[in-house]
Amino acid sequence: MNSIITVAAHECRLLFKSPLAWITLAVVEFLLAVLFLILLNQFLNPSPWLAGHGVTEVVIAGLLQVAGIILLLVTPFITMRIFSEERRTGTINLLYSSPVSLTQLVLGKYLGVMIFMLLMLLLIALMPLSLMMGTDIDLLQFSAGLLGLLLLMGGFAAIGLFVSTLTSQPSVAAIITFGILFMLWIINLASGTGSDWFREVFTYISLLNHYNNLINGLFNTVDVIYYLIIITGFVALSIWRLDSERFFQ
Amino acid sequence: MNREILIAVNHLVRYYGEYCAVNDVSFTINRGEVLGFLGPNGAGKSTTMKIISGVLPPHAGSVAIAGIDMLAQPRAAKQHIGFLPEQPPLYGDLTVDEYLRYAARLRGISKAGLPSALESSKKRCGLEDTGHRLIRNLSKGYQQRVGIAQAIIHSPQVVILDEPTIGLDPIQIREIRDLIKELGEDHSVILSTHILPEVQTVCNRVLIINEGKLVMDRQLDSLGTEKQAGSLCVTFKNPPSVETLQGISGVSQVEAMADNRFRLQFQDADKVIDTLLQRALSSCWGLQELTPQADSLEEIFMQLTSGSLSDPASHDAEISA
Repeated sequence: MNSIITVAAHECRLLFKSPLAWITLAVVEFLLAVLFLILLNQFLNPSPWLAGHGVTEVVIAGLLQVAGIILLLVTPFITMRIFSEERRTGTINLLYSSPVSLTQLVLGKYLGVMIFMLLMLLLIALMPLSLMMGTDIDLLQFSAGLLGLLLLMGGFAAIGLFVSTLTSQPSVAAIITFGILFMLWIINLASGTGSDWFREVFTYISLLNHYNNLINGLFNTVDVIYYLIIITGFVALSIWRLDSERFFQ
Repeated sequence: MNREILIAVNHLVRYYGEYCAVNDVSFTINRGEVLGFLGPNGAGKSTTMKIISGVLPPHAGSVAIAGIDMLAQPRAAKQHIGFLPEQPPLYGDLTVDEYLRYAARLRGISKAGLPSALESSKKRCGLEDTGHRLIRNLSKGYQQRVGIAQAIIHSPQVVILDEPTIGLDPIQIREIRDLIKELGEDHSVILSTHILPEVQTVCNRVLIINEGKLVMDRQLDSLGTEKQAGSLCVTFKNPPSVETLQGISGVSQVEAMADNRFRLQFQDADKVIDTLLQRALSSCWGLQELTPQADSLEEIFMQLTSGSLSDPASHDAEISA
């Protein structure tokens, strides 16, 4: 456990030592702030089809929806260097010659990235919370939405972690991660064609559907389990990948 | 001296795809030994060092560090290892202190033991004044020192250094050599290098590896006696007979080569050269060339790794063929 924390703290520190993490936080916060203003304006001057919807539904769910898309674009840049950079600079040798198992290493790195993600989640959550100064919000729907965003971040980070074990070029890792995430996001569009069975499977695989349920306040164990499977699956794949790579290099 | 075996390497084999980088290498190292690891580029030095330090798993064979099997209990075995790879594993964005603290924590040093470990390893590597500097901004030599500091911060039983003096200035090289000697007193050190004199000044044992195979394993004191002896190449305009040269006291062997050249082997350099010069002058042999031959470690190295140094002609033939 100590080793995991050491690796996680180091990973987090490295992220904040580079301008990348700060700029990512700033850009995400800026874009969402602009969106927040637009949504708030829409809520205060409702168009006919928005009338009758609450502030949580219009502003908060809308904000979280877009936050998910922005994270899809941003996470690859955060996860791209996790292992690829270590391999490129040779620092991976320090880790491999230290008394730390591959499992501890991968879990530590994942935890480190998740600490950063949690910080981002906190910053995103502050905007909706500021609404509480003026109005009541549906805290339960909001928490379901935050849980959804957290799980989404976890899934993105796990996929990014795995991809970064595949290459020693951070930019290659970023583009592959982006490709996979985008694919998983839009895959439900493919469900428009083909049989019912085909549609069900593809809708189910899509990251989008499960996320939409949660931000709309529908807490379904299946959705949570879906993300947990993605997270554990890709973390386990990363461990296997590193193990076999060492042997067959 | 304590003869406890700290590293036992048994029949190591490692492939990279089809290519066999390390082929059946076995040796043991005792506490207090400084082992020089020599070999041409691509001979398998770095691969062997990576296997011993647990970075790469071997495809066959085993490694035991301080009696602990590396494959069966990697975490326990790695506790006793400090490894400096060819490319120092440094994070340019961290300061020296941050980096060394991380390395120490990875090696399982407790929070309480951290400050003293940090101080002593910085002191040993001459890094006292660079603690707050970013590693990226340090010169190559200082980066190399940080690399060594990370390898010794947890006072491991076994220190493995892959070309530690590369990129250092002569003063730093001397300091690092002293440091290695000091480490060798109570640890085992494996050191790879391309600089042959370095092996002679620092190591007490030398391994030569070529094409993945161990071709020599010798204590350096036995090489040392050979080093006192030596050989000369001489050319005369009016050469004396081989017997005459053989008659010079101290000369142990004479070999006649083409163009009136002779190779003399002897035990005591000073005496032989004096006598030889006097005889050459007084007998008008017409001395044209007198070249001391390369020292024995280099000669052995070249013989073992290229197969045929003593006869340059056949070497050329090999190349042209």
